[in-house]
Amino acid sequence: MSIKKTSLNNLHIKYGAKLVEFAGYQMPIQYKDGIIQEHKYTRSHSGIFDVSHMGQLFISGGDDLTNDLEKIFPADLKKLKTNQSKYSFLMNNKGGIQDDLIITKTSDGFLIILNAACKYNDYEVIKSKLDNQYKLNLDESLSLIALQGPEAKNVLNKVIPGCNSLKFMNGNNYIYNNKKVYITRSGYTGEDGFEISIKHSDTETFVESLIENGSKLIGLGARDTLRMEAGLCLYGNDLDNDTSPIEANLKWAIPKSRIETEFVGSEVLKNQFQSGVKKLRVGIKPDSKVIARGNTKIYNDKNQEIGKVTSGTFGPSVEHPIAMGYVDNSYSTVNTKIFLEVRGKKIPANICNLPFYKKNYVKGEINV
Amino acid sequence: MSEVKYSKEHEWIKLDGEEATIGITKHATEMLGDIVFAELPEKGSNVDKDGTAGVVESTKAASDVYTPVSGEVIDTNQMIVDDPSKINEDPEESAWFFKLKIKDKSEMDSLMSKEEYEKFAKESSA
Repeated sequence: MSIKKTSLNNLHIKYGAKLVEFAGYQMPIQYKDGIIQEHKYTRSHSGIFDVSHMGQLFISGGDDLTNDLEKIFPADLKKLKTNQSKYSFLMNNKGGIQDDLIITKTSDGFLIILNAACKYNDYEVIKSKLDNQYKLNLDESLSLIALQGPEAKNVLNKVIPGCNSLKFMNGNNYIYNNKKVYITRSGYTGEDGFEISIKHSDTETFVESLIENGSKLIGLGARDTLRMEAGLCLYGNDLDNDTSPIEANLKWAIPKSRIETEFVGSEVLKNQFQSGVKKLRVGIKPDSKVIARGNTKIYNDKNQEIGKVTSGTFGPSVEHPIAMGYVDNSYSTVNTKIFLEVRGKKIPANICNLPFYKKNYVKGEINV
Repeated sequence: MSEVKYSKEHEWIKLDGEEATIGITKHATEMLGDIVFAELPEKGSNVDKDGTAGVVESTKAASDVYTPVSGEVIDTNQMIVDDPSKINEDPEESAWFFKLKIKDKSEMDSLMSKEEYEKFAKESSA
């Protein structure tokens, strides 16, 4: 299979991107400024992320669609207002996460944003679970651009007037270059921001105008350090088929109204809600400057293995190494002393609260 | 007069008499990106040619630092441990990693000259 390019490929090259293959796409890992500067610019001003590799799945048709989707996703879709978004999961029968995703109610159905590496599989799974009754469109004629940071609202409002009135986890249709674009206020950095779904042919001009208004392109490297500081999970690292949302400490994303109802994986989740879980995702802060990356083994003070790190890096804004991982539930309390095995040495660390970096979201209607 | 040579693992080595100063090249720092962590060998320890003698980590990944020659570690540069970003700023001068008392000067012979290294670096990153 040949490597795919997004509609911004030429622009990435123009701005000096180092390109890498990610989920079958040629994507920028960083630009000329480097990961730390890009990270800090997003926190202090605004950063543009090409996330066009992610899946944009539109589902429409039929009065029972909401009901049928609730049999798949543990979200309260009946209560969702048009243009409102929720974070949810596609699970297997064991309650393991097959993908984490954002569901938005649109005027004629739902839009689901899927992880790049999972999107084709998700499409097949959802289609078969819906018994082919609805119209599913994994729309590859659209790019997806995220604009994140405290200045994002001002920059975007200059290019697409009116969008700064959107509330967090809400979307709407806007016009750019006489064509419809769909914008949601959401993101993956711990900052206020937007995701813009736009026709491929308009993407380059749109992004250039964001740059003219002061934003900078940001690569996947800084996207990763930003999301880690914000305590957000990366599918494939922090979430996988053998991990449930409860174990992932994402219980907040499963509304109480759904716990007693049926959906894929509901039996396991109900049981975990009642009896608790064995492992739990936690934040980890090493005492020293040593960085513990994914797969680092975690030990207790008796040298017994109690878990493993799933993501770890140096946090440019917190100016300290940060990590998250799974530990035996009895070690998940904040301030528990643990030890990370890095290059044969046991590095002392503490369980800590997530996020590492305090969020700056613009509050809207949030019911968690 | 001091002699400067380069290794295929992207270290530079400057030899003054028996004292060898070792660091990583500018080309290496450009490949690594922003360096956020450095670990150095213990003073007084002995290191063997091509063996691991430290670690550098960027935001993305960890990489071993190798010693291009054998010897006893006589000094390490605490400045780069305290502020690893100095390695990106001045890799071939003030941000050296460690100094060795060289065991066998003939180990320098197999290393590359500046011109040879520049050609090698260009080809290996192409």
